[in-house]
Amino acid sequence: MTQTGLEPAPARQTIEQDYPTGEILTMNMGPQHPSTHGVLRLILELEGETVLSIKPMVGYLHSGKEKLAETKTYHKFIPYTDRLDYLSPMANNTAFVQSVEVLLDVDLTERCKWLRMILCELARISSHLLSIGTHAMELGAMTVFLYTFREREKLYDLFEEICGARFTVSYMRVGGVGWPIPDGWLDKVKVFVDDFEQRLRDYSDLLTMNDIFVYRTRGVGKITDNEAIDLCLTGPSLRGSGVDVDIRRDAPYLLYDQVVFNVPIQQQGDVYARYQVRMAEMHESRQILYQCLEKIPESGPLNIDNPKICYPPRERVKESMEDLIHHFLLASDGIYVPEGEAYAPIEASKGELGFYIHSTGGFTPNRLKIRSPSFVNLQSLSKMSKGGLLADVVAVIGSIDLVLGEIDR
Amino acid sequence: MPPLAADEFLAIAAEVIRGTDLAAVHECLSAYNEATIVLEKANIVEIIRRLKADDRTRLNALVDINAIDWFESGREPRFDVVYHLYSYKTFDRLRLRCPVSEQSGQNNIDSICELWSGANFMERETFDMFGIVFNNHPDMRRIIMPDNWEGHPLRKDFPLGGSESFYYKQDTHEYAGEPNDLVPRIRVQESDV
Repeated sequence: MTQTGLEPAPARQTIEQDYPTGEILTMNMGPQHPSTHGVLRLILELEGETVLSIKPMVGYLHSGKEKLAETKTYHKFIPYTDRLDYLSPMANNTAFVQSVEVLLDVDLTERCKWLRMILCELARISSHLLSIGTHAMELGAMTVFLYTFREREKLYDLFEEICGARFTVSYMRVGGVGWPIPDGWLDKVKVFVDDFEQRLRDYSDLLTMNDIFVYRTRGVGKITDNEAIDLCLTGPSLRGSGVDVDIRRDAPYLLYDQVVFNVPIQQQGDVYARYQVRMAEMHESRQILYQCLEKIPESGPLNIDNPKICYPPRERVKESMEDLIHHFLLASDGIYVPEGEAYAPIEASKGELGFYIHSTGGFTPNRLKIRSPSFVNLQSLSKMSKGGLLADVVAVIGSIDLVLGEIDR
Repeated sequence: MPPLAADEFLAIAAEVIRGTDLAAVHECLSAYNEATIVLEKANIVEIIRRLKADDRTRLNALVDINAIDWFESGREPRFDVVYHLYSYKTFDRLRLRCPVSEQSGQNNIDSICELWSGANFMERETFDMFGIVFNNHPDMRRIIMPDNWEGHPLRKDFPLGGSESFYYKQDTHEYAGEPNDLVPRIRVQESDV
């Protein structure tokens, strides 16, 4: 029976009538499971195959990053931020460094802002590619996984060229970036973005009108917009329920007010809608990247010129006494941050990611809280899967796009 | 429409809070273009409900709940519960800080789970890390640490390396734990032959 994706799928039927005794089975979907996107433990209460409730238990990947941050200087904490949402480390670095820059009241150079925007959008594409790839693989479509990882390999090559690391980049610094842009790197980004449109069409051909994918995702994990705001959902999951919110457009940071882009919204609130939002967001990221690549200045300083915050250039350190002293103090003591508190969130690929830094004047923060989107989005899992079938739990987990590094920190 | 400057929004929010006649506001700060209000923890649910419903502020999104430990400054009350609120209408942000004491019997604050069910995990984490109990919370138990953990890790007097050391003692062949002296510093691993 052929059915285009435009007609509604048949109504789902729960099989509660087959289990009139009402026997409730408590089952463990343990921390070691191929479909839970990490070490997530779920305690499912089932009646037959119908899910009554899900209790997520987290903490299997907890590494005490917030406690560690209280003993580390701000520069030393940047590699820890890579390991939070390890699928888009550039974005985590940006979020952390942005909060520190608010407290220090620095104004970045224009070239640095454009570069950060390019890297954040590349990180968003990387994260969405993995999200769609693993989500489709868990539903059985293995080819999509391999295709999306092929694109991610190209992104890893770009990241490796700019900072030496494919994955945990630690590229951003307070007041700038860690290394200069290599020659020809921006052209390679343009080649990737040009090529990417055809790839997006390939993935879309494989999934969007695919009967099996639509049957497994349409009408599954439905959540209305009021419920989503009540559960404090953010990111593509929230936009899949029709709430028109995006920090890049509403309260722009970096230079997002100088680029033109749409914010994709879907109204249905089910897994298929969230998938469509993520695919559309990758298209929009392409548009943003084109504009950034056009507008980034050809040359100019990347880091700010304040030697108390940003390392002075190497040549000057070898010649000037003050710069040598500043380099030494930055490397040993770190950046002195005055008393205050700051929270400057970004729109990461999973939602609103922000670092709340409370400082009582010193080289280390007094309290650093990582507001991670996956931790808060996890609460919606129970509501989304209630009343659905056990097999739909896998689809719903993939659609919320959880990353355990962020949840547990 | 872009968010207001923090000073203006702070004035509006302070007016709404004072209009409830339930709040005891300690201070209103505006620094780095962020609005912060420090207020007493009594009736916090009603105050936040008013902030959520009032047309002038419309802070309908809860962003974050966490806490600060003032142990090193020696300030009494020891903790500050911090609420970050955001508006999906006007895109303004507000931070509320409520001092909470450490003494048992006073280390609790009302839970705002009735306003947002998404506050559940955030309050559980604050309880887990600091020991601040939230009244009327549907599920007040640890979330990140194991269920039988003792102590609250993000307190300043909880040492970084943990309060017990787990290393394999070759002579006794048991997982013997020895308590550290409770100094907040990085624990140096001793090599155990």
